[in-house]
Amino acid sequence: MTKFIDLTLSGISDGAIYAAVALALVLIWRSTRIVNFAQGAMLMITTFIASAVINSGGSYVLGFAVALASGFVFGAVVERVVVRPIEHAPPLNAVILTLGLYTLLVAVAGMIWGNTPRSFPAAFSLRGYKVGGTTLLFTPNDTFIVLVVIAVAVALALLFRATSVGLRMRAAAFAPEVARLLGVRVGRMLTLGWALAAMTGALAGVLVAPSVFLGPNSFDPILIIGFVAAVLGGLDSPPGAVVGGLVLGLALSYVSGYEGSALVPLAALAILVIVLMIRPTGLFSATKERRV
Amino acid sequence: MLTIEELTTDYGPVRAVDHVSLEVPDGSVTAVLGANGAGKTTLLRTLTGLVRPSSGHVTLAGRDITRLPVEEIVRLGMAHVPEGRGVIAELTVQENLRLGGMWRGRDAAPPAEIYELFPRLEERRTQPASRLSGGERQMLSIGRALMGRPRVLLLDEPSLGLAPVLVAQIMSLVRKLADTLGLTVLLVEQNARSALSIASRGVVLNLGRVVAEQDPHKLAADDRLLHAYLGF
Amino acid sequence: MTAVRGALRASMLLRSVALVVVVGVVLLLVTESLSSYRNLQLADGAYYFCVLAGLTVLAGSSGQISLGHGAFMAVGAYTVAKLGNAGWALLPELVAAVVVTLVVGIPVGMAASRLRGPYLAGATLAFAVGLPALADKFPSFLGGENGLSINPPVPPSSLGASFPLERWEAWIACAGALVTLFVFYNVIHSSIGRSFRAVRDDEIAASLVGLRVGRRQTLAFALSAAAAGLGGGLLAVVTQLAQPGAFPLQLSLTLLAGVVIGGLGSLWGAVWGAALLVLLPNWTNDIANSFSLSTSVSHNLPIAVYGLVLIGAMLLWPSGIQGGVRAAVAAVRPRVAGRAGRGRPAAVSEAGAGESPVPVSSDQAASDEAAKAPSER
Repeated sequence: MTKFIDLTLSGISDGAIYAAVALALVLIWRSTRIVNFAQGAMLMITTFIASAVINSGGSYVLGFAVALASGFVFGAVVERVVVRPIEHAPPLNAVILTLGLYTLLVAVAGMIWGNTPRSFPAAFSLRGYKVGGTTLLFTPNDTFIVLVVIAVAVALALLFRATSVGLRMRAAAFAPEVARLLGVRVGRMLTLGWALAAMTGALAGVLVAPSVFLGPNSFDPILIIGFVAAVLGGLDSPPGAVVGGLVLGLALSYVSGYEGSALVPLAALAILVIVLMIRPTGLFSATKERRV
Repeated sequence: MLTIEELTTDYGPVRAVDHVSLEVPDGSVTAVLGANGAGKTTLLRTLTGLVRPSSGHVTLAGRDITRLPVEEIVRLGMAHVPEGRGVIAELTVQENLRLGGMWRGRDAAPPAEIYELFPRLEERRTQPASRLSGGERQMLSIGRALMGRPRVLLLDEPSLGLAPVLVAQIMSLVRKLADTLGLTVLLVEQNARSALSIASRGVVLNLGRVVAEQDPHKLAADDRLLHAYLGF
Repeated sequence: MTAVRGALRASMLLRSVALVVVVGVVLLLVTESLSSYRNLQLADGAYYFCVLAGLTVLAGSSGQISLGHGAFMAVGAYTVAKLGNAGWALLPELVAAVVVTLVVGIPVGMAASRLRGPYLAGATLAFAVGLPALADKFPSFLGGENGLSINPPVPPSSLGASFPLERWEAWIACAGALVTLFVFYNVIHSSIGRSFRAVRDDEIAASLVGLRVGRRQTLAFALSAAAAGLGGGLLAVVTQLAQPGAFPLQLSLTLLAGVVIGGLGSLWGAVWGAALLVLLPNWTNDIANSFSLSTSVSHNLPIAVYGLVLIGAMLLWPSGIQGGVRAAVAAVRPRVAGRAGRGRPAAVSEAGAGESPVPVSSDQAASDEAAKAPSER
């Protein structure tokens, strides 16, 4: 029973991180109909930047802020420089382009920082809470992770629902041509969407780095799991991404705890295939349209 | 005043708009008539920059806007209500309206006069636009365009799919807007009779060319012309 | 008429046999003069060719891409390793690798045929990461992180006692590549290959003329998986090892780069792609050495080049891969038509002149091919 509680709690913490990655993917899918397979590499780069700031004497908070800021800029630059030219090309082009970007960024990170994973500091203690006589797997840092992801999800929701920029971004995503006819600068909105997405990804990178260590390939599994979470939530829906992330975090935590961590990627694949076969638009998507 | 000079638009090998020249005086309603594929929609899309012309010029209040991006043309006071109304179904009625005025820096709730024109929209302001009927969507689309206080209003087939009563309502509204706000309207229609009933002038397009340009009453009486180009 | 058709069909088969024999003889002579290091590289290139040829047929002929072929290579490699340790001989081992991957490839292909674009890419990516992790789950059966090692192949005594092992390995791998070449050459130029392309160009049109789109795509996927299995089996023979670390996500992306470099859709492209995958690390190493760059730079330089190639290809081909393929087809068309000595229609594609049937215009290709294929079945 303790094991079950432990797995549930750590599943929530993992799920929060998957939710952040899934949110990053969903934000981009909504605005440009592109799955950003480079996301895992982009958040790896921003985490390395945070690591460099912290190692050169900056505080954790400074490193955290720099990661988010660099993610924002990085996302905008990627959209403007490499994604803009292929936005109207067939979907396969975007897939190959983002995978190419992924490959390039992993290689560049290896050149600059080497391929040996290094440690990354956690914001708070990694010692589990004590309840009665037992120590839980859930740590103060896990609390931090969950709270930060909730805060970001709420902030994004407010941005989209309650601000005029958010309204213009939604208009640009739902109906780009009509939005242009209403004077919305759609190109800027797309850039902003990528910037926000990359910032959310950067957040996930900093949060997960203490547990996976930091190396060029450290985040590959997270990216795939984030993709599965996003598809689970319907790819189109930010709330769906959060729910998808949490569901997947729990499911994979149980698989890992009861069957061993080696099965986690396969379990993610199995869930992905089942979802795509049963309900191609995702379990939590309102859209009926078949997009697969 | 909107001036169109020798405007030509090609889709690959197909010439959709062929050396069209038109003068649209301020405060007038110009009806552009023609059968399917006559180039009416392409003409409007070229005017707002959604499609690039191969040659020719468009001048709005003395300024050449031919090569400007869509967003800039809109900011100069050209509003385009596209074919099929262009209501953003995922957004609420009020959000749709707010978008219309946003480029003017007006991002408050829609002013009373919009809701006075369209009381139905006020009743349904918090509902998603997907729930609106065809007539309500057309009203939303026109109301949204008015939010930007445009000088020129381009209307693409507002009568499409609407019951005759609603068509009459929309048409008289368009006339009223031109009279009270001094709005310059370019009204593209297949429904020639109702468009001509409120127009200051009628233009007939066929295969991308202007084949007639007349007083609307004369045009409406010219059965031979209407039969030849509009099929009735 | 039937006799002519028969002769043309036979001549296609003859042509492919001739091709394989000529290439085989050339390879045989080449291996004589190569150093053992170069022979090993040739072996590497040969198994890469098997995988790339399969991916090429998949992408160029049926319009699907797979990022999971690294995992199929793992299946082939582990099959060879397990059977080799159980005392099987080389040939049945490799045949078994093909059969096992084919069997694994069919359900994966069935799932893949229902997915498009980013969904297919994400699912195959997850497959590439997920499958090799099984080795950790069953450490006693699959050897865990360290994998399974196998004994090197022994050159037959008839070749002489001093016959170099590397040359023997190159022969084995090249034989596998030649079999792959023979099979895919015939597949591309058969009615099956045409129906693949019909499906690629326009699924709806293809289904309207009676092609079972899903089945075609499953078949193309399973065939390419089998080729990847052969490639993986050969890799295990050449490196004498099957371990999860040999099949990382990066391998699948490298294969994608190889296919794109080769210019999807042609078997020659797979040759260039395979050559580049083998030689590029060498070149970048030389460059890194001559500029005295650090090892972390020189190790990552080829990967950076793959990334740049993928990005560059997409920015240069805005019409997409298939557009690129069509442009390439259009570019060779006059030459092929001239050589064939007749314009159109059926005869050219029946004979399979050039890399693909030669349509009047690329837009007609789908309908032409689609219309033709069912009548031939």
